[in-house]
Amino acid sequence: MSWWCQQFLNNFCMKELNTLTIKTARAGLDKKEFTSVELTQACLNRIKERNPELNAFITVCEKEALEEARAADKIITSGKALALTGIPFAVKDAICTAGVRSTASAKILDNYTPPFNATVIQKIREQGGVLIGKNNCDAFGHGASNENSMYGAVKNPHDLTKVSGGSSGGSAVAVADHMCIFAIGEDTGGSIRQPASFCGVVGLRPSYGRNSRFGIMPMASSLDTVGPFTKTVEDMAIVMDIIAGQDSLDATTVPDTVPEYSKTLNKKSKIRIGIPKEYFAFAELNKEIKTVIEEKINSLKKQSYEIVDVSLPYTKYATAVYYIVVPSEDSSNLARMDGIRYGARKQEGNLFELYAKTRDLGFPEEVKRRILIGTYALSAGYYDAYYKKAQQVRTLIKNDFDEVFKKVDVLVTPTSPFTAFNIGEKSNDPLAMYLADVMLIPAAVSGVPAISVPGGKDKNGLPIGIQVIGPRMGEEQVLQIAKQIEDSLQKQTFIC
Amino acid sequence: MLTIEEVKKIAKLARIDLTPEEESRHADTISVVLDYMKILDEVDTTNVEPTAQVTGLSNIVREDITHECTIKKELLAQMPQVDQNELVVPAVFE
Repeated sequence: MSWWCQQFLNNFCMKELNTLTIKTARAGLDKKEFTSVELTQACLNRIKERNPELNAFITVCEKEALEEARAADKIITSGKALALTGIPFAVKDAICTAGVRSTASAKILDNYTPPFNATVIQKIREQGGVLIGKNNCDAFGHGASNENSMYGAVKNPHDLTKVSGGSSGGSAVAVADHMCIFAIGEDTGGSIRQPASFCGVVGLRPSYGRNSRFGIMPMASSLDTVGPFTKTVEDMAIVMDIIAGQDSLDATTVPDTVPEYSKTLNKKSKIRIGIPKEYFAFAELNKEIKTVIEEKINSLKKQSYEIVDVSLPYTKYATAVYYIVVPSEDSSNLARMDGIRYGARKQEGNLFELYAKTRDLGFPEEVKRRILIGTYALSAGYYDAYYKKAQQVRTLIKNDFDEVFKKVDVLVTPTSPFTAFNIGEKSNDPLAMYLADVMLIPAAVSGVPAISVPGGKDKNGLPIGIQVIGPRMGEEQVLQIAKQIEDSLQKQTFIC
Repeated sequence: MLTIEEVKKIAKLARIDLTPEEESRHADTISVVLDYMKILDEVDTTNVEPTAQVTGLSNIVREDITHECTIKKELLAQMPQVDQNELVVPAVFE
């Protein structure tokens, strides 16, 4: 953007504070153009105005956030501001936040207030982030539309008749609708990338082992990851710089050195981009989405990136693998929700009845369904046919990625075969809902990082997401290519 | 195909109370899902090792040091029933 263009924007298009990015908010706070209290109040006002309709927040920490903002302003004045000092963020309600109610969108935890922070939240808090509230999600992360919440569905800010995507739908909406500056969600099989795509924000599923999962409510432990929602790829790099790394409280985090993502973001490395044909062969793939992705691939080609056609032959089996492995791990993880040590307890009859009634009242239908599928798949006589078979096919899907990343550095695909669907459209058909994650699951079962970045809109004005997948611990090149895609979109739509 | 009897059995194993309507709904929807899983039978998995995790890490241990618990009061506050700083649970043996 030219200098006069920037001046024009600064002078005549003064943005509302809540629409700022981490980078622009940091600059404004440090230059004393506004205070953290003003910034936080702008986000709180937006929540008050929009949340009754969108339902993105279950808990809003108004009083606490303003207190934290006042403290942040003192720190900024004293010149000791850290990366996130005074910047409001929101957190998926299935992630523990010390002293702030965390329900996972299930009534079994309606009154649960964790006494500790998840590690990623602790790291953000140590850098000065102001917690503005907790986001609605599919209960315990079970869903692709945010309709499986016991606190009501989340609506898409681009069209209130459409779903937000899920399971971290409230977090995607909170960022897309400028109710906060960034948010933290979870992605087990697409729960960050899919709502990011449906709402038009940036969402990253990190490599399995890159970010600590300590303090998230576990769903499928061999797949769960924690990642950010941001308004720009640059902001994504800023948050990842803060939250990535090994944690002694999560034995699955890897000891590898974490690169400084925001420093390498604009590096124009020689990156070979693979286009996996299977992702473009799904019958459900919307033509408009296909066109948008093809345009972006052409634009990357013009920037001298090498484009290579590749194949991941086991792609079509990933959803079946996922919906055996996940419910199995789910049924085991959710056994802890029993009404004994914390959460709701329905004190009725003997011990068996206490468990059964507490879980009946505390879980929505989809959580029950997953537990039942998992219990069945793991039960005597079925284990080999389901769980073991799924884990073997998982190996083949993982091998597909290992092989393809010997030839290319990243893959570019659609995030979803369609844009946001109607509320109610798939909610009575669990299999149709499971298949909505068809382009997101393969990366998840393989443990590789993948980002969804806005690529444009369809004819109805609904956002289209583009997915960039990298090899394990390859967030650096994933972010670099995502940045290129974001820049090309801005050039296209923002003619000053 | 999952029968109502099988749903009842797994619901009992999973300790979830279900109404007859729920049992019937779960039998239908889970049958459809399990039917879809048959797609995996197409894949030859002879001699393929199962993947349980993707990090390649094994035997990650930490030193066995005890730490002072600083959140005892908060933990107790989350318990459904407490008596003299102890969690109250129903009788296990009747």
